[in-house]
Amino acid sequence: MKPAKLWSWLIFAFGAAYFIVPLLATFEFSLRIRREGYTFDAYTSVFSDGRFQASFSYSLIVGVCAILAGLLIVVPAAYYVRLRAPHLRPIIEFITLLPLVIPAIILVFGYIRMYNTSSPLPLLGTNLGTDILLTLAYVALALPYMYRAVDTGLRTIDVQTLTEAANILGANQATIIAKVIFPNIIVAVLSGAFLTLAIVIGEFTIASLLNRQVFGVYMQNVGANRAFEPAALAVISFVITWGAMGMIQLLARFAPKTARRD
Amino acid sequence: MAEEFLRIDKLVKAFGGNQVVKGVDLSFNKGEFVSLLGPSGCGKTTILRMIAGFERPDSGRILVEGKDISGLAPNQRKIGMVFQAYALFPNMNVADNIGFGLKIAGMPKPQREARTEEMLQLIGLSGYGKRYPFELSGGQQQRVALARALAPSPRMLLLDEPLSALDAKIRVSLREQIRQIQRELGITTVFVTHDQEEALSISDRIVVLNTGNVEQFGQPFEIYNRPQTRFVATFVGTLNTLNATVADAGAKTVTLGGTTVTIPALPASARNGEAVALTMRPEAVSLANGATRDIVLDGKVAEVSFLGSVIRLKVDLGDNAVNLDTFNDQRTPPPAHGAPVRIGIASSDVLVLER
Amino acid sequence: MTNVSSAADTSAGPVSTGPAVRVGGNPFRFFLRLRLGDIIAIAPFIIFALLFLLIPTLGLVVGAFQDPQGNFTLQNVMDLATPQIAASFWISIRVSVTSAVLGAAIGLAIALAIIRGKLPSGIRSAVMTFSGVASQFAGIPLSFAFLATLGRLGLVTVLLKFAGFDLYKSGFNLLSFWGLTITYLYFQIPLMILIIAPAIDGLKKEWGEAAATLGATNGQFWRYIGLPVLWPNLLGTLSLLFANAFGAIATAYALTGSSLNIVPILLYAQIRGDVLHNPGLGAALALGMIVITALANIVYLVIRTRAERWLK
Ligand SMILES: Nc1ncnc2c1ncn2[C@@H]1O[C@H](COP(=O)(O)OP(=O)(O)O)[C@@H](O)[C@H]1O
Ligand SMILES: [Mg+2]
Repeated sequence: MKPAKLWSWLIFAFGAAYFIVPLLATFEFSLRIRREGYTFDAYTSVFSDGRFQASFSYSLIVGVCAILAGLLIVVPAAYYVRLRAPHLRPIIEFITLLPLVIPAIILVFGYIRMYNTSSPLPLLGTNLGTDILLTLAYVALALPYMYRAVDTGLRTIDVQTLTEAANILGANQATIIAKVIFPNIIVAVLSGAFLTLAIVIGEFTIASLLNRQVFGVYMQNVGANRAFEPAALAVISFVITWGAMGMIQLLARFAPKTARRD
Repeated sequence: MAEEFLRIDKLVKAFGGNQVVKGVDLSFNKGEFVSLLGPSGCGKTTILRMIAGFERPDSGRILVEGKDISGLAPNQRKIGMVFQAYALFPNMNVADNIGFGLKIAGMPKPQREARTEEMLQLIGLSGYGKRYPFELSGGQQQRVALARALAPSPRMLLLDEPLSALDAKIRVSLREQIRQIQRELGITTVFVTHDQEEALSISDRIVVLNTGNVEQFGQPFEIYNRPQTRFVATFVGTLNTLNATVADAGAKTVTLGGTTVTIPALPASARNGEAVALTMRPEAVSLANGATRDIVLDGKVAEVSFLGSVIRLKVDLGDNAVNLDTFNDQRTPPPAHGAPVRIGIASSDVLVLER
Repeated sequence: MTNVSSAADTSAGPVSTGPAVRVGGNPFRFFLRLRLGDIIAIAPFIIFALLFLLIPTLGLVVGAFQDPQGNFTLQNVMDLATPQIAASFWISIRVSVTSAVLGAAIGLAIALAIIRGKLPSGIRSAVMTFSGVASQFAGIPLSFAFLATLGRLGLVTVLLKFAGFDLYKSGFNLLSFWGLTITYLYFQIPLMILIIAPAIDGLKKEWGEAAATLGATNGQFWRYIGLPVLWPNLLGTLSLLFANAFGAIATAYALTGSSLNIVPILLYAQIRGDVLHNPGLGAALALGMIVITALANIVYLVIRTRAERWLK
């Protein structure tokens, strides 16, 4: 018993060191911008940069649009698979997991070839079209997480009974989804949304190849040209990721504790 | 005559200040089948786990054949164990599960296979060796678990509520099978259960436990017919209680329903005029149609339960009610609900419980 | 294919990692019974999957076998056999395999320590929360963090030098195979912890106790029961970690520019039109990446179905 416990502590300490040291080092580095001593000037410099504000708000907007579009695509599908077509589940789940194995760079390369100006659907021909393409690309990236979150939410509530009850009361299918199912899974959906945001906010590959000035591309630019601001940006990113994931933890406390049905 | 095999000495165990085993002393004989019987949470599992070595006693000793085993790790104790939830290794087929202990002991493959086959026959599952646990029913899985525990010939077998996850029918047939195998092998066995009928039907002796204390330790016949505490009397079997008043303590007489009767079991400590509870088993009460009994009371049938070979009647006696069992007789239908009946009790069957 | 669902749908017993492709019912019957409402509900998902997942990917696969005029050719695929491209595939595979294996091993060790190591219970939830964050902390900012840690001016480098050890003189370079691997571990390890923790929870306490009463030591329990039961999960997670590293580009790009030519960076440069100037070759590169990730998953599926008959 004793040596096992000692080992556990050792492994934990090793892991903690590996994960905490880079965070401390990054923070320390971000303070080093002045020779005189530690200052927060790198942060001031970042926050007052117009491109920071522009790219960050652009990423935020695209992220929110991706979340909304994702919900429109995922919620009805997940609901119907649970309720009407459980035997299609393996196929649908297989599709939702594809983005985990198809690298983002492959997806965007495919988009560039498929939606170029000479294609039947020339999304890349206009700015708005490219914005839409970027948003949908982010929906694809977030699909595994979004689908899982919604599906978990559906599982915790009794979809079948709720639907029957609503049917008896004379509600049509759209009303059922909007008024009955959705409020019940809002917590799960919000978790999926925050996870999507965490993924989207720092994304680089797709946006860069679509020539969109997102936060990730801005960070890459700063990284190529500055010394200390990147560290400050890394700290800011980490705080944002932590915030988004922290919201998920917080939401989990409000999740309905209904018995699981499968 | 009987040779002592396992001795438990002033065993104490607490979890976070809450004492769940409070100084238990027990001694089991070699080859004996003993049940630990008690309500859920009374410490049965904890005692079993201390014998197996998974919990360390706060104080007290556990001796096997005179030797203290406290210092031994569970894997050095050579004690087989069967769990409530089977706990078969899901990644191994039946044969590999049964052969696991032999493999660990370093037995060569040919002998191991022979022994595994022998065990499969013992549990009546020969031909099932290549199946995986998930392909078996609960009862089959538990038999495999039994074979797995017995294969390395442990010096003792522990079973923790091995039947409680099974259907009623399988429960009865499997408990008979367990008992039969145990007799065949002559292995000292400790069987934990909260089901008094189960304990009564298969044990050589029963330990009745309540909140970490031993209430009574004896053969099923003694436990059922001569419970030494109120807890044992009420926990084991059904018990009727009639309220009476001591008439003459010296003459061992009480007043019950207006008549005075002699109760041989009245304790010497009883005082005149004191209220006492007379208790008796349902089968000690009979319909006294004409037959002479020491105690005769009149009442009305409140409930009739047809149990098959036995019919249980609940008779309302005004201020008391008793359950009585009569044998089913094809020619005589039981009295109807509400029918007036006269019941009889032999005073020698009456127990008097203090408080 | 790998399934991150484990966290969500752990049931009793071994967690299923990977889509059990079950054939349940007759799909055609279902399509015949489809109502308008069903079609409206599933259509957006299906159209999205076709337009933004399946067709673009298939288009690349087809494009890899076409010359600029659209005729069938094997030239693009054969062009992959240049030393530069072969070398970048090789380094990509090495980084991905190493970071996946190390990430899985270390992640498993940490998960076992916090779940079965009798550590205070608060530690487990803290580690799980942190893993959730760290597994998403990848890309550009991660490279910044490691430059600030192990770069030439990074804190650890500086402190080591202060203590008399010159990391870079000893042969270490953050912009190298090992540098990239160490950086990738920052998201690989937490991902492993997140996925494997529910599987470890699925190991019943009684299995260990039953093994002990049968004479097995703790080590023997892990060798014969614990690890074999976790094996399908480990394998599944391993292929997910591999894919995760193999397709990653942002971290490496920001860290090394193009000094470390992993395949995604090569492809990135190709798409930007910086080098190679051959669209067919780009598609062939993509095909190579798809084939390798697919192979990793097929290997997993084959081993899983062959070795794990006991999985329901
Ligand atoms: N590991 C433990 N930690 C804390 N309390 C425990 C532990 N194991 C058992 N207990 C408590 O000890 C008491 C006796 O438990 P147990 O021996 O399992 O009872 P039984 O098997 O008779 O139902 C119960 O109240 C139970 O909650
Ligand atoms: Mg118990």
